[in-house]
Amino acid sequence: MGAKAENGPKPPPPLSSPPPFKALVKLKTKQQELLIRSAALALIYVLAFAIRLFSVLRYESMIHEFDPYFNYRTTLFLTRNGFYEFWNWFDSESWYPLGRIIGGTLYPGLMVTAALIYRALRFLTFAVHIREVCVLTAPFFASNTTLVAYFFGKEIWDAGAGLVAAALIAICPGYISRSVAGSYDNEGVAIFALLFTFYLFVKAVNTGSLAWSLASAFGYFYMVSAWGGYVFIINLIPLYVLVLLVTGRYSMRLYVAYNCMYVLGMMLAMQIRFVGFQHVQSGEHMAAMGVFFLMQVFYFLYWVKDMLNDTKLFQSFLQITLTCAIGVGTLALGIGMASGYISPWTGRFYSLLDPTYAKDHIPIIASVSEHQPTAWSSFMFDFHILLILFPAGLYFCFKRLSDATIFIVMYGLTSMYFASVMVRLILVAAPAVCLISAIAISATIKNLTTLIRKKSKAALTVSSKATSNLKASAKALLDQSLPFQQNGAIAVLFGAFYLLSRYATHCTWVTSEAYSSPSIVLAARGAHGGRVIFDDYREAYYWLRQNTPPDAKVMSWWDYGYQITAMGNRTVIVDNNTWNNTHIATVGRAMSSYEHEAYEIMQSLDVDYVLVVFGGLTGYSSDDINKFLWMVRIGGGVFPVIKEPDYLVNGEYRVDKGAAPKMLNCLMYKLSYYRFGEVTTEYGKPTGYDRARGVEIGNKDIKLEYLEEAFTTSNWIIRIYKVKPPKNRW
Amino acid sequence: MAKLALLFLFALPLLLSLTSLLPLPCNAFSVDRPTDRRLLVLVDDLAIRSSHSRFFSSLQARGYDLDLRHADDPGLALRRYGQYLYDGLILFSPSVQRFGGSLDLAAVLDFVDAGHDLILAADSSTSDLIREIATECGVDFDEDPAAMVIDHTSYAVSETEGDHTLIASDDFIKSDVILGDKKIEAPVLFRGIGHSLNTANSLVLKVLPASPAAYSANPLMKLSSPPSLTGSAISLVSIVQARNNARILITGSLDMFSNRFLKSGVQKAGRSIKHEKSGNEQFVTEISKWVFHERGHLKAVNVHHHKVGETNEPSMYRINDDLEYSVEIYEWSGSSWEPYVADDVQVQFYMMSPYVLKTLATDHKGLYSTSFKVPDVYGVFQFKVEHQKLGYTSLSLSKQIPVRPFRHNEYERFITTAFPYYGASFSTMVAFFIFSIVYLYNK
Repeated sequence: MGAKAENGPKPPPPLSSPPPFKALVKLKTKQQELLIRSAALALIYVLAFAIRLFSVLRYESMIHEFDPYFNYRTTLFLTRNGFYEFWNWFDSESWYPLGRIIGGTLYPGLMVTAALIYRALRFLTFAVHIREVCVLTAPFFASNTTLVAYFFGKEIWDAGAGLVAAALIAICPGYISRSVAGSYDNEGVAIFALLFTFYLFVKAVNTGSLAWSLASAFGYFYMVSAWGGYVFIINLIPLYVLVLLVTGRYSMRLYVAYNCMYVLGMMLAMQIRFVGFQHVQSGEHMAAMGVFFLMQVFYFLYWVKDMLNDTKLFQSFLQITLTCAIGVGTLALGIGMASGYISPWTGRFYSLLDPTYAKDHIPIIASVSEHQPTAWSSFMFDFHILLILFPAGLYFCFKRLSDATIFIVMYGLTSMYFASVMVRLILVAAPAVCLISAIAISATIKNLTTLIRKKSKAALTVSSKATSNLKASAKALLDQSLPFQQNGAIAVLFGAFYLLSRYATHCTWVTSEAYSSPSIVLAARGAHGGRVIFDDYREAYYWLRQNTPPDAKVMSWWDYGYQITAMGNRTVIVDNNTWNNTHIATVGRAMSSYEHEAYEIMQSLDVDYVLVVFGGLTGYSSDDINKFLWMVRIGGGVFPVIKEPDYLVNGEYRVDKGAAPKMLNCLMYKLSYYRFGEVTTEYGKPTGYDRARGVEIGNKDIKLEYLEEAFTTSNWIIRIYKVKPPKNRW
Repeated sequence: MAKLALLFLFALPLLLSLTSLLPLPCNAFSVDRPTDRRLLVLVDDLAIRSSHSRFFSSLQARGYDLDLRHADDPGLALRRYGQYLYDGLILFSPSVQRFGGSLDLAAVLDFVDAGHDLILAADSSTSDLIREIATECGVDFDEDPAAMVIDHTSYAVSETEGDHTLIASDDFIKSDVILGDKKIEAPVLFRGIGHSLNTANSLVLKVLPASPAAYSANPLMKLSSPPSLTGSAISLVSIVQARNNARILITGSLDMFSNRFLKSGVQKAGRSIKHEKSGNEQFVTEISKWVFHERGHLKAVNVHHHKVGETNEPSMYRINDDLEYSVEIYEWSGSSWEPYVADDVQVQFYMMSPYVLKTLATDHKGLYSTSFKVPDVYGVFQFKVEHQKLGYTSLSLSKQIPVRPFRHNEYERFITTAFPYYGASFSTMVAFFIFSIVYLYNK
């Protein structure tokens, strides 16, 4: 058995130089180091929180984007009505007329966490509003993640690497993108839970302790309660165990850690209503179960081997047992699949394994921009130098292979693959990339400083291992007789510091420029360089709240569903919880039909108002016209009367005079461009010039027969139409 | 101050005289008393006042205030300061090209869309304006201005042979609500133009269709081409009940309301019975009662639903709840609300399609009730009563109610069929405990 897991804290590098401060003089070297380390960690903790406050300072303390509004609404409900009401909540305001069982279709971890923080603050007599708690939950958990990263780094490498990892993850843009203040989404706490579970599991594997394993099961429970991404854990850990088994690293430690974690974690996860029996019934969780049984077979085999003392006999026994075990396992799986007890993999899971799957089969997944394959530039944008340091860190990990480093390597490689399949999964890869890069940085700097400190004498005796770890430039120093060795080390050190400072600058810039926009309030630069704020979304939602009957039903594309229910307090037909594809397709069909056909659909759904988002006046490009082809595709997926080619001209999507006739007369076009033909949007352009698409629209004379304009916001971004009652005399 | 008082004194009689000129809005159409009160009658010839006096006096005898005006009276107005001055409109002015005052096509249609009633009579001199009003109500008069309805089989026998444009028809719509309980024995005399119903309009009904042998043509000309309107496609008298329950009567004959037709005797061609008096008087009286909501007006009040055994209306039901639904329906008799008695009032429990459809039982005192079990489906349901019966105003009630699934503590705690599993888990727990004790302390 490879006993390479003795990864206790390495003895700190000897600090031979006298400490500069008098206070420190009295402390021992170890204490001094502890002080510096904890001070650094405290600063990182604060930094991680502070950098995420850009959005609050730029705009205001508000909830961002789409899903967070649902989370906020549910948290509000939880704090007002208590846990049991929340658990049993049947929401009749969304998915009209089907309704949605909120308690059974969400991951309650985030809401419960925020409600607990709120209760605690209230108990301590801080008179905070629940919104402030929700806004700051993500930064708070990001800070906690840095602590976990420190301990994780310490576990897999050493304290130095842990400290660097904490610093890197504190400002890593890939992580910040989902955890700025106001981004009140599941991922905000889930990344903390993910890393925490991994840390506890690695700790359990390293120590073989039942207690750590139990802790990791609870960490897993928290993760399951917080985010659907727990599937990543329940597949990565078995994969890791399998790799350890294959590479002959099976040990009692691993046996204890995995079995306890799996069995208890599964039991706990079943307590989440949304997950329920998936751990025993869904194809995505079968790998974990298979590995669990394999572990027992392994244990049994080792026991038999112990008893037999006869290699030849054991060999044949091994063959029989393995064949039987695999045969029985396959048979059980086959029967389970065939009888329907074990559900097959879901579309989302397939689309992760095969990036082209969603595009061909599930347009509703492919339509979300954050589900697109990742562009090379966004890797650079989100990881910056970590992208280069990542392979270097992998190299270091392979150099010093242990159970822990194997784990982080596997985590890094799998999550990197998933990150390149889907943009949003960069988030999952971020902690791994930070940790592995931290190993590279820490190891390099440590080697360099050792070189410098040892001067010429000791450096010569350093094992080839340490020196070979250096980068190419350091390789030149291998020649011990070189006189520039120390200078070269200093130069490389400065280079590293330069790179790291560039990283810090980049992260700050990205955070302030790209990731701190609430997307519900838009900002643009005016003609004179001043900031122009478009607050149309809230204007429209408040209009709905104040001017429509309380039981009015609003039809819009599903993107805006959560916001309408949370801010407008009105019933919606579809929302961002895309659980019923047919219902969404019905709305897509209404939007892409002619007005009279759409009217019948709207009548059958009791629609009172229709809301569309239009960016033609302001040049806001993520509006409904640009999303329209997805409505056509999703609608056409269920109702074949809607055909995508009807809306295209020679495969080209256009809204000007050359557009397809059906395009020019469908409901979405009419509602977006109603009365737009009268408006001059830009100097020197004809009327009806669409600034988002840069063309003059093709149908300027739009008459509405079954709907009437009810409200248009000041920048025309949101337009609300009222559905007229049926004609009186016909 | 004194000057102001003086001005006021001066203005007071003026104000009084003004208000007395206006019809008082106190006894206007209301939800509680749906019968119309104030009618505006527009004529294109004031002689109609005397030639149709029997019809007018029968209306007045039933308590209507008639305001008879010439159709191009410059003071005509249906509404003032947002209030309608009349509850019903009778257009006996077929030849008018333009109304006087603020009245025009749109004003008439708005009047109807605001829930008021209309009687429109045309004749061979019908103007485009009247035709347009009819078209908007779903009825198209024959476009040939000289055409009249001619029927060589069911004309009214007279001394001279004539051109068979005086039609005696008794093919009434079979509805006691529209035409009264008493059967109209004598045929109704009709001389005028025919119209057809717009097939796109589902609200318009023929009250008096022409016989299959009728056609619409110019009686003075020789028929050179097939007439555009023939047979039972021609309607002589039609009614529309709009979605807001405004009622409209359209006929192509102004004469059928006249004293001459009301008084004259009639013998239908091919029949031996000669009636002393035509059915016109009974027909126009009864149908005007219907048009002005003296009959066939329903109201539904006190819609209640609750769980069996409770009285309060819940804000939400649970699946498989037993509930009771009740509604009181009354019919307007012209002077008071009487219980409405029918055996076909149904309630739907509806979510995109009806999950439950039950006929309501009645106690013959107006109360309709039923009880049923909520289906095993959650969602936002509606109690829907869609009672549309010929002649009656349409009752369309819907009440939204969400249906939730079971709460976590509403399921059975222990299921009998699962006792083997309970036994298995508890015995395993006990066995494990004993095993641990034995293993740890048995040395």
